[in-house]
Amino acid sequence: MNNLDSSQNSAGQTNTSGVEAMTFAQKALARAGGCDRVDVGEVVDVRPDLVLSHDNTAAIREIWLQFGQERVAVPEKLAITLDHAVPAPTTRHAQNHAEIREFVQEQGICHFFEVGRGICHQVLSEEALVLPGQVILGADSHTPHFGWLGAFGAGVGRSEVAALWATGELWLRVPESVLIILEGELPKGVTAKDFALRIIGDLGADGGLYASIEFSGSGIEAMSVDSRMALANMMAEFGAKSSYIRPDDRTRAYLDAALERRMGRSDAAGRLGSSSLRAASTQLFPDDGAAYSATYRYDADELEPTVSCPHTVDNVAPLSAVAGTVVQQAFIGTCTNGRIEDIAEAAEVVRGRQLAAGTRLLVIPASSLVLQESMELGYIQALVAAGAVIGTPGCGPCMGNHMGVPATGEVTISSANRNFRGRMGTADAEIYLANPAVVAASAVAGRIADPRDLV
Amino acid sequence: MIRGRAWKYGDNVNTDVLFPGKYTYTAKGRDEIASHALEDLDPAFASSVRDGDVIVGGRNFGCGSSREQAATCLVYNGVGAVIAESFARIFYRNAINNGLLAIVCPEAAQAIQQQEMVSVDLERMVIECESGCFRFPALSETVQEILEAGGLIEQVRRRLASID
Repeated sequence: MNNLDSSQNSAGQTNTSGVEAMTFAQKALARAGGCDRVDVGEVVDVRPDLVLSHDNTAAIREIWLQFGQERVAVPEKLAITLDHAVPAPTTRHAQNHAEIREFVQEQGICHFFEVGRGICHQVLSEEALVLPGQVILGADSHTPHFGWLGAFGAGVGRSEVAALWATGELWLRVPESVLIILEGELPKGVTAKDFALRIIGDLGADGGLYASIEFSGSGIEAMSVDSRMALANMMAEFGAKSSYIRPDDRTRAYLDAALERRMGRSDAAGRLGSSSLRAASTQLFPDDGAAYSATYRYDADELEPTVSCPHTVDNVAPLSAVAGTVVQQAFIGTCTNGRIEDIAEAAEVVRGRQLAAGTRLLVIPASSLVLQESMELGYIQALVAAGAVIGTPGCGPCMGNHMGVPATGEVTISSANRNFRGRMGTADAEIYLANPAVVAASAVAGRIADPRDLV
Repeated sequence: MIRGRAWKYGDNVNTDVLFPGKYTYTAKGRDEIASHALEDLDPAFASSVRDGDVIVGGRNFGCGSSREQAATCLVYNGVGAVIAESFARIFYRNAINNGLLAIVCPEAAQAIQQQEMVSVDLERMVIECESGCFRFPALSETVQEILEAGGLIEQVRRRLASID
C-alpha cells in the first residue's frame, strides 16, 4: 500500500467554470438537501430517497408513536424486511414480527419483505429500490452497502428512523472523503473480502471514521457486482459513514435485470423507463480535483487471502499465518458474503468432498433469489452432499440470535463481517473472518485452510 | 455538573459488548435493557454502577451495530457521560439523541484512572480528574440543540408542533 501524500490532495481544486470540485458525498448530500453545493463539515437536513428498517421496526414504531401521528409522512419511502431473526426463534421474536406486520398493514407499506425473502441490503439491491446517486438511510450499520451502486447509504439509529418516518428528513454532517485506488486484477483465490480486510487491517477499525470511502481503479472496475457489494458493505467495519463505487455498465445491467424482475418487462420499459435510463438520470460522479482527506493505492497482485482474528475486525493476519487453527463451526452467509458468487466458490471447494469429522458447515443464502439460483446451479446439492446445513435466507447466527450459536470454547470461521466477543451469542467463543472459499476449505479440513491447497 | 466514578475500558469498545445482539429485538422496558449493559465486557457493571458515573473509552467507542440500546442501556443505568478518544458515528448519534453526553477528549480519556472520581462541567467545557483538568471542544450547534431539547424525540416533537 502507498499512502500518497495526502497534502497534495487536501485542497479541492477549482474547475473551469470556477466552482470548487465536489466529492460524491458532497454531491449526493447537496441534492438530498436541496442545495447547489455543500462543504465538508457542514450540517445538512437531507430528505433520503429510501428509509430502511428490519426486525427493529416494532421498536421504531413505539418511538414514532410518541409523535402522535396516525400516518407516517411518506409510506412509499419506507422499506422493511424481516431478516435478523427469521423464522422467529422464540415467542418474543414472533410477537415482534407480528407487531411489524400490523404496522405494515396499517400504514400501507408497499416495500415489505417477509421472512425468508432475505437480508435487507441484498433484497433492496435485488429489487432495485435504490438507484445511483440516491440517499438511503437505514437503521442498520451495514447501510454503506449501497455504495456498490454509487448510492449514498448510511446507518442511523432507531430514534432517527422514527424521526424520518415523521418528518421525512434528518441532519447529516457532510463527511470528508477518502480515496482508495485498486489497480490490477485480484489473483486467484483473493477476493473483495480479502481486500476489505487488508484495508481495515492496515488502517484500523477506525481508519475511515466518519468518512465517505470512494473506490476507483482498474481493480474495482474488474469486480463483479457481488464483489462490489462485499467491499462496500465491509466499509462499515472501517468506521465509514458511506462508501462509493462508480456506477458503470455492469451496475446498470444489474439494475435493469432487477427492475424487469420486479415490474415485468413491459411495465419496466413502459411506465418507469429502463433502470439504465433512470440510473443515468440520477447517477453522480465525483468531480476531477475533488478534495480527499487521504488517498491510498493498492496493487491487486500484492494482496493475499486474509483472515481477521478474534476479537476485532482489524486484527488481521495473512491466511498462511493462521492456517491450521482447529475450527468446530464454519458459516457462509450474511450481507457481506452470502451471494451467489460466494456460494459458488464454497460449492466448488466442497464438491466431491466431505466435511471433517467434528466440524459443521452452515450455509445461509443472503436471499431467496440467491437460494433459488444456488439450487438451479447445483450448488446447494453439492454443499448438502458434503455435509453442510442450509438455513433460511436472512442474517442467521451473525449476531447471535439463533441458527448456529457456538458453544463456550468453540471456534467459528465465518464469512460475516464482525468477530466481536459475544457477537454470535457466546462470550467465550472465538470468531475468525475470511472469504467464503477459505471458510469452506476450513470446514473440509477441520482447521483453517487455504482452498488452493485442497484443489 | 456531572460527577461520578469512572468505568474505564479500552479501544474499539463495540456495541456487542455494550449490549449483546441476541437481546435487541426482544428486550423491552428500561429495567430489562439496563440489566444487560456491558454484559460481555464487565459483568459487574450493571449491578454496581451509580447515577452520574462516567464511562471512559479509547478510540472508536461504540463501533459496530446501529442498535440504540448500546446507548440507552447506559442512560437507563444513570450514566452521566461517556468520554472517549473518538466515537463511532452511529453510537455518537444514538447517545446524543437520547440525551447522553458523549465527549471527545483524548487527553482526559487517557488520564482518567479506573474508578476515580471525575467531574464534567458542560458550561465551562472542562473535565476534572485527579491528574488534572482537561478542556474539551465545544459541541456542534446541532448537537447542542438536541441536548437542550432533552433528546431527538423531544426536538422533533417541538418542530412538528411549531409546523401545526
